[in-house]
Amino acid sequence: MNGLSYRGTWDKPATPPGRLERIGEACGIAALVNLDGRPESGARIGKMIRTMVDRENGLGAGYAAYGLFPERADLYCLQMLFDDRGALERAREFLGKKFRLDADEEIATYPVATLLGKPPICWRFFVAPPKEAEGQEDDYVMAQVFRLNAELAGAFVMSSGKDMAVFKGNGWSHEIFDFYGIGDYEAPLWLAHSRFPTNSPGWWGGAHPFNILGLSIIHNGEITSYGTNRRFVEMWGYRCTLLTDSEVIAYSLDLLLRQQRLPELVACAALAPPYHFLIDEMENGGARELLREIRVNYRPAMLNGPFSVAVATNYEAPTLLGMTDRKKLRPLVAATSADGNTVFLSSEECAIAILGEDATEAWAPHAGKPVIAGVGRGLVRRGTEDYFEGLEIEFANP
Amino acid sequence: MADIYHEIPPRFQVEIDREKCRLCERCTVNCTYDVHSFQGERIVTRSENCVACQRCATMCPQGAISILPGKISFAPHYTYSERIRRIIYEQASTGGVMLAGSGTDLPYRVIFDDLLLDAAQVTNPSIDPLRETVETVTYLGRKPDRMFVTEGDGKLTVSRGADYPNVQLSTPIVVGHMSLGSISYNACVAILRAAKEVGTMVGTGEGGLHPDFYEYADVINSEVASGRFGIEPRYLKEIAALEIKIGQGAKPGHGGHLPGEKVDALISETRMIPKGTDALSPYPHHDIYSIEDLAQLIGALKEASRYRVPVGVKIAAVHNSAPIASGIARAGADFITLDGLRGGTGAAPRIIRDHAGIPVELAVAAVDRRLREEGIRHLVSIVAGGSIRYAADLVKVLALGADAAMVGQSVLIAMGCRACQMCHLGNCSWGIATQRPDLTRRLDVDIAAQRLANVFHAWTEELREILGALGIDSVESLVGNRDRLRYVGPNPKVAEVLGVKHAGEPWSD
Repeated sequence: MNGLSYRGTWDKPATPPGRLERIGEACGIAALVNLDGRPESGARIGKMIRTMVDRENGLGAGYAAYGLFPERADLYCLQMLFDDRGALERAREFLGKKFRLDADEEIATYPVATLLGKPPICWRFFVAPPKEAEGQEDDYVMAQVFRLNAELAGAFVMSSGKDMAVFKGNGWSHEIFDFYGIGDYEAPLWLAHSRFPTNSPGWWGGAHPFNILGLSIIHNGEITSYGTNRRFVEMWGYRCTLLTDSEVIAYSLDLLLRQQRLPELVACAALAPPYHFLIDEMENGGARELLREIRVNYRPAMLNGPFSVAVATNYEAPTLLGMTDRKKLRPLVAATSADGNTVFLSSEECAIAILGEDATEAWAPHAGKPVIAGVGRGLVRRGTEDYFEGLEIEFANP
Repeated sequence: MADIYHEIPPRFQVEIDREKCRLCERCTVNCTYDVHSFQGERIVTRSENCVACQRCATMCPQGAISILPGKISFAPHYTYSERIRRIIYEQASTGGVMLAGSGTDLPYRVIFDDLLLDAAQVTNPSIDPLRETVETVTYLGRKPDRMFVTEGDGKLTVSRGADYPNVQLSTPIVVGHMSLGSISYNACVAILRAAKEVGTMVGTGEGGLHPDFYEYADVINSEVASGRFGIEPRYLKEIAALEIKIGQGAKPGHGGHLPGEKVDALISETRMIPKGTDALSPYPHHDIYSIEDLAQLIGALKEASRYRVPVGVKIAAVHNSAPIASGIARAGADFITLDGLRGGTGAAPRIIRDHAGIPVELAVAAVDRRLREEGIRHLVSIVAGGSIRYAADLVKVLALGADAAMVGQSVLIAMGCRACQMCHLGNCSWGIATQRPDLTRRLDVDIAAQRLANVFHAWTEELREILGALGIDSVESLVGNRDRLRYVGPNPKVAEVLGVKHAGEPWSD
């Protein structure tokens, strides 16, 4: 694509336009994590995403950084967009009532001549939940984020996790990079996303990464099982308001990983399970039994249709997780740096190649198999292993 | 009493081409409704007895027989239509409650026909089921709220709570409950054999299980209905699933009707009742007068089957189905079968068959939505039946929220049924809905089983084709995926109840 693609001429609001439609899209995704936790600037992640120019059309891009506020790591950082000052003040008042407001500041932004229209006001709040929410802080914060996004006109919460933040907006990946000065931030784990949505009226909050608490997701694809997945997560109390696939994947993962505390491998097997016939062909044993149970019990959670995703979590350590649908209808490439300390994920190998000597070994993770790498955890999975390979499986019946 | 029978113009006109007829008399042997007889030098027809079962015309080696619409016109009248006048004439003759077989023939709108499917274009790829895996495996039964798995020390530890028995089907199609009694021994065997070949499940109906049928125990869903006919320990223990029948789509609020004439030695043995007695099951279960009573029976059946098989509850689709289904799920059922207005029967009062209940499309959508709103959809599988005519209806009912479709009439049609709707007479000329030995042997078990298996294979392939076009590679991603349906019917309220957008509207809330 090129700069001539149609982007419309109107201002792009921070919050959704009146009528929201679920849309399909193609996208570029890029991610990297330094396994030793060494922070690095956004320069390399920016380089990765910007080189995949065919994958965007100027209607949305974004970045997420984990391990970004080590000095405030125990506070929730609400990274927000506002259409006007009034919305900012209303949000400040709301947050003051619902949280202990530790600090707030304007997010640094820089003028970008090519950005269409007036950009929203960008502000971040560091908050702590009140005493009443003790033991259920995450659920409390999530409920307030849902309320803010649903009820507070002109305000949108981009991210709400600890020690992390999402930066996103309506524009090309290079414009959003420059707008937020992504190169000035330092973090050990980065996600970057660029978009080619098949509709035209973009809005800032509608760009990706999509975040809920400590989980951020960048996604390329179109979930054909959206209706089934959406009804599944809504049954567990989530409200799908943005009508995007990323939203429903994020809620599914929040449910499985945070609420139900399932191991990553189990959650991934629920979202992209092996075929029944492959399970049948497996050697009789724990892995086969567990996979079958996952398939039967999490039927409506299975994601159908083409997708590749990269997910960042910070439940314990900042962790990067990447996977595709079980037919691998969307691309995903993984690589490690020469010193083995950095793990990269991207839609295309060019994004890794452009880093030159930094990325020496690239491989194609298998369809539906997760790549997992975390700060302090190392490269746990390359996405080429068998299900639960190397793990003993024990069934504890009551 | 003097005969008060009143001549009614025949519904059909049977004509014999005298040029072609060779007087072989095969029609007289084949007709079970006393239409054809050989008198002197020619075949004489009594058209007023004809039910258009087509047996004579099909069997005539000369192709000499035509069955035409009745030639005596009724003076047109919209309100007092021919149908209404015939009903009054017949009741004036008999003074009785009119019985009928099969499902209602009234032109209630088939909502399935007002729904269109989506297909993948550009932004997601469609899938060719001949080249790629597209799965139709379905598990019926209760699922746990969640799984408990922890990771540590190179080990995954899976903690299980209660057992959740599920029955595995190779395709989301089950055969509804048609008892030995409503249909013939041969028809039962053909269905069981086809189901075994395909890998799906067959309801027993309230007829018990003939000893020969235990050979197919792993595809049998034993019905426990209000008459409790034929229930013995192995009927509850050796089978794949159990189902309590509360209601039936063709006759909501009614029990079973098997006239004593049909209770011959075979039926007597299977139902465990004396020969020649009417097998009339009560309208309600006399031990179920409330939802907690139902919970007790579910519990008793689970105990009896050692918690090895799922226990379901079948209800007729009625106005209040959604809350009733919620109660059934909470009462411990593992699956719920919804049988719609257009569902079939071996015999039912026509007034009930034609006028009680609601279409299954609406019931499925309402029940699925209600169970989700209450956060208990995973506790039960939903099986939907009552006019699942062919693969298109199957796909649509899954998208509306059913886990599997239940079929009956189509099964019989596959075996040769002409849908003449005279099942209640027990004279089925095709050997299906009858117990007369001279008729039941007309149904060749091998051929019928193969024809039925062919239909199931064809539907499953068509389901795969549609899933592929939708860009879906496993059927569970279609279940409840109403976003992939669009409504083109006349009544927007129907679309609202179904939770389906109108055609032309894109994906959205």
